[in-house]
Amino acid sequence: MDHILLVSLIVGGAALLSFPLGRYMAWAMDPQSPNRWTTLFCKIGGASDEQDWKRYLVTLLVFNAVMFTVTFAILALQQWLPLNPDGKGALDPTLVFNTAASFTTNTNLQHYSGEVSMSYLSQLAGLMWLQFVSAATGIAALAATARGIAGRASLGNFLIDVQRASFLVLLPVAAVVALLMVFGGMPMTLKGAAEATTLEGAAQTIARGPVAAFLAIKQLGTNGGGFFGPNATHPLENPTFWTNALAMVAIVLIPMACVWMFGRILGRMRHASVIFAVMAVFLLVKITGSVAFESGPTPAFAGLPVSEATGNLEGKELRFGATGGPLWAVLTTATSNGSVGAMHDSLNPLTGLMPMIGMWLNATFGGVGVGMINMFLYIVVAVFVAGMMVGRTPEYLGHRIEAKEVRFAILALFAHAILILGGTALFAGTALGQATVQEAGPHGFSEILYEFSSAAANNGSGFEGLGDGTGAWNIATGIVMLLGRYLPIILPLAIVGSLTAKRRAAESAGTLGVEDATFGTMLALTVVIFGALTFLPAAALGPLAEHFSLP
Amino acid sequence: MSDLLSGLRVAAATMALCVGGYTAVVLGVAQAVSPATANGSLIVRDDGTVIGSRLIAQGFTAPGHLWPRPSAVDYDAAGAGGSNLSPANPELATRAEGLIAAYGGASAARPIPAELVTASGAGLDPHVSLEGALFQAPRIAEARGVDVGQVKVLFDRLAFAPGGPFTEGRIVNVLEANLALDSELSGAAPTQ
Amino acid sequence: MSSTSNRSVFSADLVGPALWQSVVKLDPRQLVRNPVMFTTAAVALLATVLFVRTVLVGGDVLFQAQIVFWLWLTVLFGNFAEALAEGRGKAQAAALRSTKAELRGKRVKGDATQEVPASELRKGDVVLVETGDPIPADGEVIEGVASVNEAAITGESAPVIREAGGDRSAVTAGTRVISDWIKVRVTVEPGTGFLDRMIALVEGASRAKTPNEIALTVLLTGLTLIFLIAVGTLPAFAAYAGGTIAVPVLIALFVALIPTTISALLSAIGIAGMDRLIRFNVLAKSGRAVEAAGDIDTLLLDKTGTITLGDRQATEFLPLSGIRDAELMEASRLSSLGDETPEGRSIIALAGRGEATPEGAEVVGFTAQTRVSGLDIGTRRVRKGAVDAVLKLHAFEPAAVRELRALTERIARAGGTPLAVADGERLLGVIHLKDIVKSGIKERFAELRRMGIRTVMITGDNALTAAAIAAEAGVDDFLAEATPEDKLELIRKEQSGGKLVAMCGDGTNDAPALAQSDVGVAMNTGTQAAREAGNMVDLDNNPTKLIEIVGIGKQLLMTRGALTTFSISNDVAKYFAILPAIFVALYPGLGALNVMGLASPESAILSALIFNALIIPLLVPLALRGVAYRPQSAARQLVRNLVLYGAGGLIAPFLGIKLIDLAVSGLGLA
Repeated sequence: MDHILLVSLIVGGAALLSFPLGRYMAWAMDPQSPNRWTTLFCKIGGASDEQDWKRYLVTLLVFNAVMFTVTFAILALQQWLPLNPDGKGALDPTLVFNTAASFTTNTNLQHYSGEVSMSYLSQLAGLMWLQFVSAATGIAALAATARGIAGRASLGNFLIDVQRASFLVLLPVAAVVALLMVFGGMPMTLKGAAEATTLEGAAQTIARGPVAAFLAIKQLGTNGGGFFGPNATHPLENPTFWTNALAMVAIVLIPMACVWMFGRILGRMRHASVIFAVMAVFLLVKITGSVAFESGPTPAFAGLPVSEATGNLEGKELRFGATGGPLWAVLTTATSNGSVGAMHDSLNPLTGLMPMIGMWLNATFGGVGVGMINMFLYIVVAVFVAGMMVGRTPEYLGHRIEAKEVRFAILALFAHAILILGGTALFAGTALGQATVQEAGPHGFSEILYEFSSAAANNGSGFEGLGDGTGAWNIATGIVMLLGRYLPIILPLAIVGSLTAKRRAAESAGTLGVEDATFGTMLALTVVIFGALTFLPAAALGPLAEHFSLP
Repeated sequence: MSDLLSGLRVAAATMALCVGGYTAVVLGVAQAVSPATANGSLIVRDDGTVIGSRLIAQGFTAPGHLWPRPSAVDYDAAGAGGSNLSPANPELATRAEGLIAAYGGASAARPIPAELVTASGAGLDPHVSLEGALFQAPRIAEARGVDVGQVKVLFDRLAFAPGGPFTEGRIVNVLEANLALDSELSGAAPTQ
Repeated sequence: MSSTSNRSVFSADLVGPALWQSVVKLDPRQLVRNPVMFTTAAVALLATVLFVRTVLVGGDVLFQAQIVFWLWLTVLFGNFAEALAEGRGKAQAAALRSTKAELRGKRVKGDATQEVPASELRKGDVVLVETGDPIPADGEVIEGVASVNEAAITGESAPVIREAGGDRSAVTAGTRVISDWIKVRVTVEPGTGFLDRMIALVEGASRAKTPNEIALTVLLTGLTLIFLIAVGTLPAFAAYAGGTIAVPVLIALFVALIPTTISALLSAIGIAGMDRLIRFNVLAKSGRAVEAAGDIDTLLLDKTGTITLGDRQATEFLPLSGIRDAELMEASRLSSLGDETPEGRSIIALAGRGEATPEGAEVVGFTAQTRVSGLDIGTRRVRKGAVDAVLKLHAFEPAAVRELRALTERIARAGGTPLAVADGERLLGVIHLKDIVKSGIKERFAELRRMGIRTVMITGDNALTAAAIAAEAGVDDFLAEATPEDKLELIRKEQSGGKLVAMCGDGTNDAPALAQSDVGVAMNTGTQAAREAGNMVDLDNNPTKLIEIVGIGKQLLMTRGALTTFSISNDVAKYFAILPAIFVALYPGLGALNVMGLASPESAILSALIFNALIIPLLVPLALRGVAYRPQSAARQLVRNLVLYGAGGLIAPFLGIKLIDLAVSGLGLA
């Protein structure tokens, strides 16, 4: 009963809040006519020309290169820079590359432990800055995609869009969430670690920091990079049940609102509702599976006199309740957030499969902005097949889907598959990965598979038992993150560019409707068959093999 | 080239507002409104020494104290982490057997609550379940030379439902419970 | 040609050559046109090489031999489907070619003529064709009138008139003049004529892939690549688990997963679509035109002959006050005796007193100048005709004229045409001539509306009449007093609103509109200009067919979509057959995934592969006939096809593979 209550509170609450937020985001990102904000952002950016898809893309990539370079510099030089009260030292160069790539791509895969390795300046000016602008990049890309599909002549201007997303969307929402977190008991200080002498006389160093500010944008921007190593399981990063609940809402809030923003820019709210419903169904199925599988006992305790009324507790916090861990695991991987509220490595095997499915599909709300863009790729494929089945050249909202569009969409899905499966094969088949797994057998395979899934989906969570701090892991996942980020932005924008160049067809009773349950079913089937089926062999050798070999 | 310059300008603006301005505002409000929690919910003795944070578990081992959940990082609050062991890993069973022995054994009739043999995600979980506390009450009462009923009453008083109607069961903050035990039920001083 | 339409898909005279062609088509240059089947053939070759090695060094020969056998059979079945579809066309082409083989023509040089083979006739040459001669090349009649038998092209044995000038000037090679003579200017170079194009099309020789086929091929190739990754990474995964997977088994899994079913049937579906159109006596100039037909949003239909019967008919006699019905009827009958038009005949029929001409009467025939016809009996002058023309005959009594005008107005408003009848100086009344809307046409338009297609009636009538007929026929809109320019303008307007427009036409002045429309169907009787401008030619000259053409286009795309869905949905079951089979050696627990309870790993792999191969010939009839198509909205169509081919595609292979497994294990093959 408490399961259902909590899931309703989090998912239902986020869904309810997402609707007005989506309306606000549509206003903020896509004003009917240039407003004073537009004027201000023109001044800051120094450029305001309307861009076609190629110009938009180039500007986006150049800005992301700036993001990467600035953060790379801050991380590489942190030992000489200010705001370093605990005197953190130099980082390994491959770790600097991996971390800069990770935060630039909105992944936040962390091959380090924040409180151990990062100075406050690195955390704030390097990582937290990227948590804002990488999320803003995603929102901007979605706005541009939506404008193209809506048939506008221009996709807008990236530098203006990225400021709108940063200043008008992310900043105010993050401020509200950060202050709520402060009231919920979360630390927000620039003081260094506290030295304590415990009741029994032992010395304890308590790392702390500007957590509330960092955490708010980490959750809202589907970033997920924790201030502390164990992320949101850390009591200072997530002190109470209520901060946990708020954080979970924050994880899915903007990805949900992005669907509504997409619908509003298109002027097709019914279509957006269908997409939202499809995503919500996938989300709820995964949550149901996750919560159910995790309520089972810890298999290792079979035969021991352990009372497991609340299910598998390894890697979980008591203050979040029995549902908190598995629910968070699904939310954080349905979106490309990647923060963790329980240790995924210690989840029951089939529970652990749910987050992986989330990352394989990468479109059940997905990353801020990019989740909806990923769903657009599935829509292109679904429309193509369904369109033929109604006896017409496939059309999406009047845009004809032809070879070029199909090619780009399938290429993006192919890229996702090869990044995950190719990477896993390379590491699982060789000592590169075999030597770093914590446990042999299918569980270790899951660790490798999870790591590449997380990198390719720009998620950032991990089966943390994996010894992923090696140079090979840093470089491989760094490259996967970059390709996994930019290919699914470049290819959809190219599709949009191709669509807008064509004569738009009128819609009628004979054209494929994208606003009914039938289309929703078709879309869901496409997501399952094109998204999930590819990974079934890998799933069989990982979580399924582990599950079926349990005593 | 103009993209690069414009990009740098936008980078500077976002850095100033989203990092500088935002952090300053949240920091200012936090330190003004709730300095105690903003600085880590520290528990400070009258002499100014820090006992710990009410949010961070400490490694209690004295029989008269309530013991926390096991920690994969030995309660290192500067380098937290979980065991990350798969739930089928035999190491979990080995660890559990050791802990059950340390707790003086358990049986099917008196099973040990699961959280006392499982490590939390960060290894710093400050709570145990009320059942976990009550499981330890006889030992604590014996060590303190007080009636076990008194210990149970104290735990019951301190126990709370973390999520109200959204969670089942109640939990007890270990550090607060031990502070209460030391101040209220110090019948016999806990052996260090 | 329509006589072949009820031939069974697998008739013996077609299957034989198709079997041979399946082998000929193993030529890599042909296979490479279809990337998925090419890939299948490539891995089949690899499996064969491995098999030979196994034979030499030892191993499970029987199992591998079966894998190799079914792999090649998969490729051959794909070739067979294509060959069979082509064969159906070839049978028709052969008949056409025999018509063409012995064509000779009399080339006119100055005053003389010289007999030459048709292959020597160039564009611009003039030939004389006399009674009994075949027309040697496509062209335009420049002199003379002749009746021509076009059965060779249309299958219709009634001769048609071909004459210089006007809209009936085009002639087609292979047709035969059966009376009189004509001079024809050749309009095409040898080998590019109508007949040549038709032969090439029905044979599938000149088949270029349509845009939709290209897009689908891209999708299927992409899927193949994705499955290449999914299967290609398995050896590394197995190595992690400390085992290996035999390459032939991986090949079997790969071929079972890639969309061989739809790929094997893809070109057969396209050829069959074209073939259906030809059986329907419509010749499309490209596959692209057939697809475009399925996309049509707006149909422009000529009123006469399409929506209404060609001729108006008398339906009612309306006497003026004081005139008896019988008198008006008799006068109408008498005055129409001189009117040989169908309209005149219908008046006599309606009057119902036969065609007897009174003694001593003199018939005054209908002429375009007078626009009246009548009968003179002594001094009595009975006349009927266009209202204005009749009123000019005399200064009739003003009250009668007023009453007549009122009746006239009423008839026009009802979409009819009035004819006035007068006996001497007396106006008797009005005959109501009516356009008869074809029976069933209203229902057809309702169907079209449900399919989201708007119909627009094109007519030369005035707006009042047009509106009435439009309402009766149930068209969505009409264009009254339409000129060819109006038509062109309307097409452009619809297209600028993002709509695809289809129309039919026959005259030279229709050519620009035919060219502008997305699907332009020219009547075979039309001018050469019209036939060149359109992208389809209707050999039966039946404009109503436009509606069926749309259906054929839709059915083509639907068949493609349905079989794609079926093919991809099959993968779920194939995974559940093969994955446990190959993984159970690595992790025995994964035997739990063997939900079908297949007998052994080898049997499971073979059964999936056999199912994958056999489903191709099983679906050939569906590919060639097309999926069942009903005119209904897109939403209902999608539900239907999704349930049939999506859900069906999920379930069918579970049953099929299980049955094959029972057979394979029962026969001890694995």
